[in-house]
Amino acid sequence: MLTLDKLLIEQDDFRLCADLTLKQGSCTAILGPSGAGKSTLLTTLAGFLNPTSGRLLWDGEDIMAMAPGLRPLSILFQDQNLFPHLSVAQNLGLGISPRPRLSATDHARIAKALDRVGLSGMGARKPGSLSGGQQGRVALARCLLRAKPLLLLDEPFAALGPALKADMLALVAEIADEQGTTVIMVSHDPNDAKALCSETVLLADGVAQPPRPTDDLLADPPPALAAYLGR
Amino acid sequence: MIPAALAATLVAALVLAPLGAVIVRAGGLSALAPSDLEALRFTLWQATLSAAISCALAVPVARALHRRRFPGRGLFIALMGAPFLLPTIVAVMGLLAILGRRGVVNSGLTALGLPELSLYGPQGVVVAHVFLNLPLATRMLLHGWQAIPSERVRLALSLGLPPAQIHRQLERPMLRAILPGAFLAIFLVCLTSFAVALTLGGGPRASTLEVAIYQAFRFEADLGRAAALSALQIVLALVALGIASRLTLPSAFGAGLDRAWPANLAPGRLHRVIDTTALLAAAAFLLAPLLAIALRGIGEIPTLPASIWHAALTSILLAIGATALTLALALPLALAAPRALWSEAVAMLPLTASALVLGTGLFLIVRPLVAPNTLALPVTLIVNATLSLPFAVRLLLPEIRTLQADYDRLAASLNLTGFARLRLLTLPRLARPLGFSAGIAAAFSMGDLGVITLFSDGQIKTLPLALYSLMGSYRMDQAAGAACLLMALTFGLYALFDRIGAHADPR
Repeated sequence: MLTLDKLLIEQDDFRLCADLTLKQGSCTAILGPSGAGKSTLLTTLAGFLNPTSGRLLWDGEDIMAMAPGLRPLSILFQDQNLFPHLSVAQNLGLGISPRPRLSATDHARIAKALDRVGLSGMGARKPGSLSGGQQGRVALARCLLRAKPLLLLDEPFAALGPALKADMLALVAEIADEQGTTVIMVSHDPNDAKALCSETVLLADGVAQPPRPTDDLLADPPPALAAYLGR
Repeated sequence: MIPAALAATLVAALVLAPLGAVIVRAGGLSALAPSDLEALRFTLWQATLSAAISCALAVPVARALHRRRFPGRGLFIALMGAPFLLPTIVAVMGLLAILGRRGVVNSGLTALGLPELSLYGPQGVVVAHVFLNLPLATRMLLHGWQAIPSERVRLALSLGLPPAQIHRQLERPMLRAILPGAFLAIFLVCLTSFAVALTLGGGPRASTLEVAIYQAFRFEADLGRAAALSALQIVLALVALGIASRLTLPSAFGAGLDRAWPANLAPGRLHRVIDTTALLAAAAFLLAPLLAIALRGIGEIPTLPASIWHAALTSILLAIGATALTLALALPLALAAPRALWSEAVAMLPLTASALVLGTGLFLIVRPLVAPNTLALPVTLIVNATLSLPFAVRLLLPEIRTLQADYDRLAASLNLTGFARLRLLTLPRLARPLGFSAGIAAAFSMGDLGVITLFSDGQIKTLPLALYSLMGSYRMDQAAGAACLLMALTFGLYALFDRIGAHADPR
């Protein structure tokens, strides 16, 4: 269970309060107009930004003092999710450990993760020789290897075409389901929310509202969301 | 990798302790003789003239390189980088072979019954400085030309502006922006000129402050005066840096050397003649001395005595040691610099000191403890590494800024820290600038004729110092051989480190 306990994020004029709880294994979309602070909220959860006040609890434990890499989560950014100078296998190795030499067991796990995302035998390639969709799959495979209970997605598939994006979201849903991962996804597209997330947190007027079922929210949007959706 | 704070403390101590020792020993500027003010005057005069002539000559050469395409153009531009790495003493040898008493030019003049030119004296110092710095100015200006957006040129052409208008609207503003920085960069280099003034100058009329320090030190054993002269040199460096900090110095390095302007911008036979003349003259001026050394020296290399080979080995080891120390200090400082201003400031501290000033200071510090000549090599190594540090940090910083902007978050999210981060992220992404910095540091150290002249007792010799002794005893054939060897080793070390960097770059 992830608890945002009276979290207050302030940056210059910007201000966002969040006081809500996300259930274990849930999949939550964060929707809101641009500038509402969707990415800022995610960045704070990941540990790159310190909130002014409040606590962040995972299963009752305060994780605010932890460094980003030690928090019980994986994050996929909008871009730069892979090191271009390392091979796909080396990039995936970083999901296991940054040890100089990976063991035979590690290599077996990397091969299995590649199989799982449909990139069998591509371990020796460099990210630059892969398509955008394949790069997304590699990043996802690394999350698989890290096996953290939380997965944060900051519109990582925004640059993909609609069909590819739908494939990627389906893959995320499958993997999250298998591993019981709690997923939080920032998106500006309500269709993404509908496709992947049963719950949605709406950001409006400086407040992150408690999660509501996505279908209900989209069927009967409050004024702020209606304005954003253009209805 | 050592922590940035430790590197900063070391560098600060290496620069500030000698400067402090010099200032305390000098106790003001009262130990200066009238001839020392003459040295100050000459230092400023030759630096001003060298910088002005280099910049003036660089304009037609850079313009011709920018608007002409010819076979070997890339090679020409690459060779323009050579004098930057060339040991000064080799440059002097080369110029003497062409313009010296028995050089090609004077033979021609004598045959025509014309009076001889002399390279010794103030004019020789300026000619050598122009030889060493014309390429630097040319590269800076070439960059300036290439930085003029092609959209702007297209616009000017679509409006039908004549070449004179294009020159006024596009080229003149660029020259106004670049030339002051280029002038100042060369002026700064010439302010601390030692080897050129030592070999071609001399006497009160043509001694720089650096040479005056050396003479007070070596011939008069007057440490008080050497210290006072050093203090004067520090003041000069601080004033010049103060002026430089108000200007952005243009870059002479970097990519993008091949964007051409539309060919119809340089019409007319007159322009073609001007460009061809500029390029041929520059090529002759810059290449003839190097060729002369190579042709005369290469056959002498096998006959060089063991002492020269020994000096060569000493120089190579010294250069490798100095390079290692430069990188060991530069990498932590440069990595810390984007977040900590003090780090970059400390890395630039060596700019306030010259080789001879640091040498004098270190001499004053170690003399009460040990016989200074026993420390000749360690001190030379440390001073060479310290003086290369600002270059290395400036070369690394832009790449480090990009690296941190692109990958800091990803690395942090994967808990990639410490040694693993250094091995998997920092070193691979910085391989190229690290190799390039190492190459420059190694070439500087290899060709350096500075501190070693203060500390050496005549037994311990680097290759440049051995070459200087050969020139002093007029053994010119052996000197040519040693110069050829020194040139080959310097370029070889530079190319080796640069190649290692390029090879280690996984991209």
